[in-house]
Amino acid sequence: MSPNPDQMSFVFGRLSLDSLPLHEPILVITFIAVALGGLAAMGALTYFRLWGPLWRDWLTTVDHKRIGIMYVILALIMLLRGFSDALMMRAQQAIAFGGAEGYLPPHHYDQIFTAHGVIMIFFFAMPLVTGLMNFVVPLQIGARDVAFPFLNNFSFWMTAAGAAIVMMSLFVGEFAQTGWLAYPPLSGSAYSPGVGVDYYIWALQIAGVGTLLSGVNLVATIVKMRAPGLTMMKLPVFTWTSLCTNVLIVAAFPVLTAVLVLLSLDRYVGTNFFTNDFGGNPMMYVNLIWIWGHPEVYILILPAFGIFSEVVSTFCSKRLFGYTSMVYATVVITILSYIVWLHHFFTMGSGASVNSFFGITTMIISIPTGAKIFNWLFTMYRGRIRFEVPMLWTIGFMITFVIGGMTGVLLAVPPADFQLHNSLFLIAHFHNVIIGGVVFGLLAGITYWFPKAFGFKLDPFWGKVSFWCWLIGFYLAFMPLYVLGLMGVTRRISRFEDPSLQIWFVIAAIGAVLIAVGIGAFLLQIVVSFLRRDKLRDLTGDPWGGRTLEWATSSPPPDYNFAFTPIIHSHDAWWDMKGRGHVRPVSGFHAIHMPKNTGAGVILAGLSVGFAIGMIWYMWWLAVLSFAAIVIYSIAHTFNNDRDFYIPAEEVVATEDRRTRLLSAAE
Amino acid sequence: MPPKILRLLALLPLGLLLPGCNLVIMSPSGDIAAQQRDLIIASTVLMLVIIIPVMVLTLFFAWRYRASNKAATYDPEWHHSTKLEVVIWAAPLAIIVVLGAMTWTATHLLDPYRPLSRIDAARPVTAEHKPLTVEVVALDWKWLFIYPEQGFATVNELAAPVDTPINFRITASSVMNALSIPAMAGMIYAMPGMETKLHAVINREGVYDGLSSNYSGAGFSDMRFKFHGLSQAGFDAWVAQNKAAGGALDRAAYLELERPSVREPVRRFASLDPELFTAVLNRCVDSTKMCSSEMMRIDAAGGLGPAGLLNVAALEYDKTQRRGAGAAAVPAQRNTAQRFVLALCTPADPVGVRQEVAQGPAADAATPPAGQVN
Repeated sequence: MSPNPDQMSFVFGRLSLDSLPLHEPILVITFIAVALGGLAAMGALTYFRLWGPLWRDWLTTVDHKRIGIMYVILALIMLLRGFSDALMMRAQQAIAFGGAEGYLPPHHYDQIFTAHGVIMIFFFAMPLVTGLMNFVVPLQIGARDVAFPFLNNFSFWMTAAGAAIVMMSLFVGEFAQTGWLAYPPLSGSAYSPGVGVDYYIWALQIAGVGTLLSGVNLVATIVKMRAPGLTMMKLPVFTWTSLCTNVLIVAAFPVLTAVLVLLSLDRYVGTNFFTNDFGGNPMMYVNLIWIWGHPEVYILILPAFGIFSEVVSTFCSKRLFGYTSMVYATVVITILSYIVWLHHFFTMGSGASVNSFFGITTMIISIPTGAKIFNWLFTMYRGRIRFEVPMLWTIGFMITFVIGGMTGVLLAVPPADFQLHNSLFLIAHFHNVIIGGVVFGLLAGITYWFPKAFGFKLDPFWGKVSFWCWLIGFYLAFMPLYVLGLMGVTRRISRFEDPSLQIWFVIAAIGAVLIAVGIGAFLLQIVVSFLRRDKLRDLTGDPWGGRTLEWATSSPPPDYNFAFTPIIHSHDAWWDMKGRGHVRPVSGFHAIHMPKNTGAGVILAGLSVGFAIGMIWYMWWLAVLSFAAIVIYSIAHTFNNDRDFYIPAEEVVATEDRRTRLLSAAE
Repeated sequence: MPPKILRLLALLPLGLLLPGCNLVIMSPSGDIAAQQRDLIIASTVLMLVIIIPVMVLTLFFAWRYRASNKAATYDPEWHHSTKLEVVIWAAPLAIIVVLGAMTWTATHLLDPYRPLSRIDAARPVTAEHKPLTVEVVALDWKWLFIYPEQGFATVNELAAPVDTPINFRITASSVMNALSIPAMAGMIYAMPGMETKLHAVINREGVYDGLSSNYSGAGFSDMRFKFHGLSQAGFDAWVAQNKAAGGALDRAAYLELERPSVREPVRRFASLDPELFTAVLNRCVDSTKMCSSEMMRIDAAGGLGPAGLLNVAALEYDKTQRRGAGAAAVPAQRNTAQRFVLALCTPADPVGVRQEVAQGPAADAATPPAGQVN
């Protein structure tokens, strides 16, 4: 299996000093910066004696709100890594012209574009989506927590473990040089014998366990744990889109797991599912990975649609237009997303009828999507629109997303796709819908729910700076890519000959820098808001004039979310309660039954990282021991019956009294 | 802002496209690409019918119903209108019905597997348009073009006479690539062990860019070539130039050529093994390897039972020949041990070690292309 068995040693497998990228100054400097930053963080934790609270309150927590926040933090950290990759690509493409090699050799450049795609999808967008769903959904349905609180903690740590494995590849060994979907035969052992693809496989497999379990968890939560009276057609739209997204996760991620298992078998034990030999067929991989991959697109965008629905009706102070058609549109998109996958490879020689079928099903998705856009539009109609930051993101989205939708439908026309497939036009298209749709939505969502999570709003000035930098930066960075695509420039190229292309890449690089400023402004916004938190304080728990149930409780919500489970009578439950003169109960509190924190998630995820390292570097002893430990520990954990406790009634009374005082202070 | 200005703003991105840079996809030189261009424009215009009003309305509503505009109607409970619902579902539906019909016909008419029916908008293909066949092999990381009718081959240079239908047969040696000549026609993947097809024509003389448009590894960025659209006389001269170049592309030369290299200069081979493309497609250029067509034939006949185990060594191709190792890395004993497919036996060595295995189905010399994609 290894090209050079002599160099293998029992203890270190194929890991040797040569695996450390000491000859790459960029990586060495990055490593030093990361190491210093890590040391500083650990020093600060020690100095302020925060290790105990960190372990007790955060790492081992089963509280869906804290887990949601940790997901978002993980996503933002990974955004910085993924965006650094983007900046490096933009810089390389802006300078590597007419014989100039640029500063990145293919070996490095190819890892960067692979890592960029993998990180942005799996370790930025996915954790951010999951984090927001985790935080918001139980609050919106009036539940105390998700259906399986420990599973939630375990899911988060498996996702974090996957992210850790990707980060490790930066400094030990290499990452895949295959593109983010690792098509064989290129990703097979014959053409990618190194550790890069193995890092890819194990990072995705381990994070995939987390994603799948989190999907199961949220489906069960939404189906089983809604407050009394909250029927399906009264659910907030964000919860609806979360339900559909998690159904998609549950149905689609096993396909990814299976296809990566098959690829692993090809790489580790010499089977021939996707090799060129022995009747193996790489196109089977391409089909399977897109049967997961296309629903994945909707897994990301549906929650963003949900966020926009909440934001639009809140900031227009108006009920959402066409709730029913919004729900049906979401469900139709969910179903249709399974029958369009082949549009990702029209150019692999399918027949005209097959191509037409998948082209037309793809176009049909634009009908419910278009209906959604119109529903938001008519929610604005006869509203009272407050241009707070989340609403700015929403309007930016509506303008930007329709362009991406249009180019998407264009790419769904097979003969047009023959010209535009794999070109920078395609790159511009999917960044147009992912940035203009998913990222704008998630940033709107963070701004919208931040006061709920932390008790103070984000500073609007830096939020607006961030919005305008992102918006203008996006257009500068990706409109030139549409043009380059029409000039016949293909993706994943690191060097160019035609000097007339250069100006477009320079403009795109400027756009990327502007987006970097937008990210900086966003991070600065959090710092500034923290410093000005007393001025931005949300005492009522309802800073925006909200409509859904999460705004009925305090900001931040108590551990138990709601002292009494609310009873729902109408759509937009909190708006309805406010309208009917709801009086908050101030007495009669009971002890509340809650799940207990556990370190099992952290430990299992840590063991999984050990297993992955063993498999990646052929340290078989480590893989076997870690795997055995995972199995034994999991079984042992099932015998842990000390997993719940009661919050005493006095503590509930104290918490609720504090809120009563805050509410009267706010008036 | 008055809507007129908004509409102009919406057109800005289109305005960017107008200045003179070479938008090859918008101004191609081949009839297939021209039809694809027309389809791109027609679909875009069709969609703009709905996109522009949506963008304008978004900005207009955002401005009209701003919180500070107390003159605007505020109706917080207005949330349903059957008439509007019908419109917002029907309008996109109507556009998709039209676009879907266009897609169905265009996809069939412009199917790369379909032989051309016209040279350009004015001229249909007639009996006197004898098509040119070009066999294309994507190698690491260069392009091999085989002209079977003329009996020569080139590396990284393609030429064809204008207004002549070209039938491409495409495969690859190791990993997936895509053959893309944007000025002539859309791309099609080049995949090992599989044959894809492209029918196209070039209508104007000139030198055009060709490239691989599917990432294939470290040398991918330099996997470019020039495509020369020539007059018939120019093409004849180009053929003569190649025929005069000397050098033969036999199987040994191919196995040498197949080894990874980057920025390969244009190379010409005046003669070639006529079975070469079929052998590449069936992954048996190395004549000790069993052709995949033979393997399929044996499997279709029910396999060989335990004797089939002997096929294993003869089918390993990638495994013994990792990229960068090349033909030289194939252990020498494999070349002598088990050769048994009659179709590849040489006169000097008419029978393999296990001749009883090879007799029967394998004796039929006609090899259907393996794993054709359709």
